Amino acid sequence: MASTTEDKPSMGERLQKTMQDLPDNVQSSQAWNSIFRPGSIFRKGYTDSPRNRSYVVMNSVLYHLHPVKVKRHAVKVSYTLCLGGLSFFLFILLTVTGIFLMFFYRPTAAQAWDDIYNLQTGVTFGLLVRNMHRWAAHLMVLSVFLHMARVFYHGAYKPPREFNWVIGVILLTLTLLLSFTGYLLPWDQLALWAVTVGTNMMGYTPVFGDQVRFVLLGGVEIGSDTLLRWYVLHVLMLPFVIVIFMAIHFWRVRKDGGISGPL
Amino acid sequence: MTEIPEHLRKRAEEARKKAEADAGASDAGGGDAAEQTPEQAAAASKIPAHLLERSKAAKAAASGGGDSGGDAPAGGGGTAVATAPAATAAVADNGGPVPTGPGGHTQRLLTVVKSGSIQDVRATPLDKVHVWPHLLVVEFVAALIITAFTLIFSIFVNAPLLELANFNATPNPSKAPWYFLGLQELLTLFHPMVAGVTIPGMGMFALILAPYIDRNPSNKPNDRKFVISLFTVFLMFWAVLVIIGSFFRGPGFLFEFPWNSGLFFEL
Repeated sequence: MASTTEDKPSMGERLQKTMQDLPDNVQSSQAWNSIFRPGSIFRKGYTDSPRNRSYVVMNSVLYHLHPVKVKRHAVKVSYTLCLGGLSFFLFILLTVTGIFLMFFYRPTAAQAWDDIYNLQTGVTFGLLVRNMHRWAAHLMVLSVFLHMARVFYHGAYKPPREFNWVIGVILLTLTLLLSFTGYLLPWDQLALWAVTVGTNMMGYTPVFGDQVRFVLLGGVEIGSDTLLRWYVLHVLMLPFVIVIFMAIHFWRVRKDGGISGPL
Repeated sequence: MTEIPEHLRKRAEEARKKAEADAGASDAGGGDAAEQTPEQAAAASKIPAHLLERSKAAKAAASGGGDSGGDAPAGGGGTAVATAPAATAAVADNGGPVPTGPGGHTQRLLTVVKSGSIQDVRATPLDKVHVWPHLLVVEFVAALIITAFTLIFSIFVNAPLLELANFNATPNPSKAPWYFLGLQELLTLFHPMVAGVTIPGMGMFALILAPYIDRNPSNKPNDRKFVISLFTVFLMFWAVLVIIGSFFRGPGFLFEFPWNSGLFFEL
């Protein structure tokens, strides 16, 4: 190697070459190929072809939610109105905003209301995120309810989808419970008395009504224990349960032959 | 092309060598060459020896009786197709199973099995589209729209935060969250046990059992007029109760028109 200094490429040229080769080098590296499965469109880039269209779904985590192909009428917005998907998306939105709120909230009668007040006045985007959490929650109750109506009017609960309808009713109940447990957490007059009215109704359950009420409230009256109990239900237990039922719900949609119809 | 397994290739090679050796021996012997000719032909072309034999016999029979083909039945017994006994004199003379049908056919059609009876053939191909991009784009746009809507709505409308909870100051009226206001409305009409437990309990029960009660297999709206009306009544019943409970109940949970006494409603 008898190269002189003139033969050597300059710093700028070498940098340019490095930048040119970078995409290829990254895509052929072991790290990159360990992240993306064989056949993933991220391994070698995407060009539009029927095969790559299949690979987008087949070789990504999306395959847990969607098949590679669906019936043509299933992608019509006028058929599904996107209500099931929107309910799920609102749940994700609520999880994200809810995690944000958890950083600023302590579920005790002495601190809860002050924490919410400070969140609204002293935390960047605190008020906005709380608003989004609240409105998204109401929207979710509404969209789950409308989803149920849509499914009923399309007769989509008929065999083989009977059991998925039952899971859907459970999901509706869980959605209402999630919304209701969240209602108490701000610990203001609205929360306290709405929950008082609600739990009084549950106290009328025959035979063991008082016990039901006692377990729900963590005592005979609404208080700090109730707040902690409903907080844990709201942020941990009910989301955990609803995610399990959602997984079964989505799995059954595919196993029962995709969405129903066309009419 | 598929690869031929080693042992099969060897076996084929050996068989070919043996066949060549046999042919050479019979040539050297120079005896009944007629018997060996088909085997040589079989080695060259891929037609089995017994079939060649048979066609030869048939040709001989058709031409009016041959003398050489008859004495070599070869592997004719191995055919799976049951053949009709040939009526020609030549075959009868030789006594060998030389099979020919009435029209000179060497096979007979025993039965026809239609493909539908043993195979699951999809009659009509389904009209399907790729999830990407057709479905994912729709879902993504829907997610964007709902996010944008929630965000913009949240910028302009604040979630309520009333004063600190106070056990000694019961607001008038006290209302449950809106989705329970139908139940609270029922409380004004029935005993709490009926309004708070029996009716909603039966409602939930009926909802869960709906697919098992409705035995009508059709999903066409025209075939399900009764069920659709029933469900619409069910929905309207709750919707009307919720609306009354939300907007038409004032202090003491008494009936009020919102344009007279204002709204008593918080989300």
